[in-house]
Amino acid sequence: MDELTIAGESFSSRLIMGTGGAPSLDVLDQALEASGTELTTVAMRRLDPAARGSVLDVLRKRDIKVLPNTAGCFTAGEALLTARLAREALGTNWVKLEVISDERTLLPDPIETFDAAERLVAEGFVVLPYIGDDPALARRLEQAGCAAVMPLGAPIGSGLGIRNPHNIELIVEAASVPVILDAGIGTASDAALAMELGCDAVLLATAVTRAQRPDTMAAAMRAAVEAGRLARLAGRIPRRRYAEASSPMTP
Amino acid sequence: MDVTDVMDVVVGGGVVGLAVAWRLAREGRPVTVVDPAPASGASHAAAGMLAPVSEVTYTEAPLLRLGAASLRRWPSFAAELAADAGLGDPARALDLRADGTLDVAFGADDLAALDELAAFMEKLELPVERLTGRECRRLEPMLAPSVRGGLLAPGDAWVDPRRVTAALLAALHRLGVPLVRARVAGLLRDGDRVTGVRLADGPGGTGLQESGPREIGPREIRAANVVLAAGAWSGELLDLPVRPVKGQIMRLRSPQPLLGRCVRGMVHGAPVYLVPRGDGELVLGATQEELGFDTRVTAGGLYELLRDARELVPGVTELEVADMVAGLRPGTPDNLPLIGPAGVPGLVLATGHHRGGVLLTPLTTDLVLDALTAAGGGARETETGETGELAELCSPRRFQETS
Repeated sequence: MDELTIAGESFSSRLIMGTGGAPSLDVLDQALEASGTELTTVAMRRLDPAARGSVLDVLRKRDIKVLPNTAGCFTAGEALLTARLAREALGTNWVKLEVISDERTLLPDPIETFDAAERLVAEGFVVLPYIGDDPALARRLEQAGCAAVMPLGAPIGSGLGIRNPHNIELIVEAASVPVILDAGIGTASDAALAMELGCDAVLLATAVTRAQRPDTMAAAMRAAVEAGRLARLAGRIPRRRYAEASSPMTP
Repeated sequence: MDVTDVMDVVVGGGVVGLAVAWRLAREGRPVTVVDPAPASGASHAAAGMLAPVSEVTYTEAPLLRLGAASLRRWPSFAAELAADAGLGDPARALDLRADGTLDVAFGADDLAALDELAAFMEKLELPVERLTGRECRRLEPMLAPSVRGGLLAPGDAWVDPRRVTAALLAALHRLGVPLVRARVAGLLRDGDRVTGVRLADGPGGTGLQESGPREIGPREIRAANVVLAAGAWSGELLDLPVRPVKGQIMRLRSPQPLLGRCVRGMVHGAPVYLVPRGDGELVLGATQEELGFDTRVTAGGLYELLRDARELVPGVTELEVADMVAGLRPGTPDNLPLIGPAGVPGLVLATGHHRGGVLLTPLTTDLVLDALTAAGGGARETETGETGELAELCSPRRFQETS
């Protein structure tokens, strides 16, 4: 498959994984292997990067790039603090910026997210913000210097799929940075749809880690992302109201 | 250098180490326990749920087998322990109760997840009962009125781990087992063989509690067998895939018990449980944090436990806060314990019990005893059948090609 490039760095997998919800490190490890991912996001709150045998060791052993995230932050201030700690501890200036507005929906707070993004970009971070499916906000974040935008398909962990495919298409049309569909993926067809809509990558965690067989679902997601990407590159046929015979008149 | 010779030395005085030592002493084997602060680690924090059925998850069928096998051993384990410790009725002495666990759901989403879990449990032929919201509240009137349904695992039990470790210490005292209050700095080796332990210097260091003057404790303890039961610290002594998983847990107190059985549920996707004791204590647990050896009690931990517990049982906020501690679970990559021969002569492991140390203690003592008697060419033969299969699941060998 063609490579995904974010901030000048290339990845041959377009499936980005999260680690949340895995029942054990072994189950996570098997799922990561089956997913073929090269980039995985890790929540920095409640994680000591220096501790031995943690989730970070699992990623390092598989040579998967760690994308620290600011999950659990409610304010731009907290997100900044978390991003700086992650940079110091992990030696990466990449951050998935996540500032949520409330615990029930875990929807991203657009004002705090934009505020934090602007300041993090100014501090030299490679910022990948998690946002609602809002084309205007996506454009503004790109203008502010974010390396990618990560609109949601549906709320985190909901498995509801892509609730507003039209908005995702609008974001893709306007963007000149990678668009990564983040959150809401429930099963393989959701991931394929994201790629068919033109997203550059898909980020998911719960759909795999809480599946009854996480490694099997990870393999399904890998195949779905590849299938969706190929379908996008191939160019789908236009939808027609009536049948069109495929055999008689052509060779 | 002062040296003591014994047959077996157990490194670690938590519920697992103390129970192993007690079982060895009962068999008439000279045994010594080494721990700088016995019964103060994860065993002090643990809630003591003996709930293999309600803990079932999709990917952890082997853990269910171990838990169920150990739960079956608990009644006789408790009876023998209470007798050796000079306590009365074991159920009362240890607060061992078998009234079941009630897993409850609130929103429609949680209910759907519970239904799916119930179907999975039925497929495993586990004894569970699906209850309506009103049936749940008839069993537990203090549950929030918004409870939509529940899953009762009637065979699940629980025990007070602090009473268990106190009873084990009493039993060891009565059997004359020495308890060395010192930190083990390293293992003694003779070629390939582990031949004992080296004790650390410094304050809180040495001194036999039972015999001998405090100031001249041994610097080394030579032993035919070393049993490593150091919980989250096991990886400090040996290259083992054991990591500390922090858990913050709160104990509340009320004049009358608020609940009759263990209650658990998911709140905002996070699991929370409430364990009632006969004396009115109510345990709320527990966070799961990957923070190395950090044992600080945090505002966030306290807040989340109370917030989630209050969703299940609104009355909890009226109770007195008795205690809030953080313990370190010994986690392994596959969440299964490391029990049995370490692959090095003279060393047997009894660690990596993660969230199941109290539940798995009786089974662990059996497996360790089997390993030690097999190593000594003793009367017990290598177990076949069920115990042999369980031993295989816990065998440290499963990590040896990678570690």
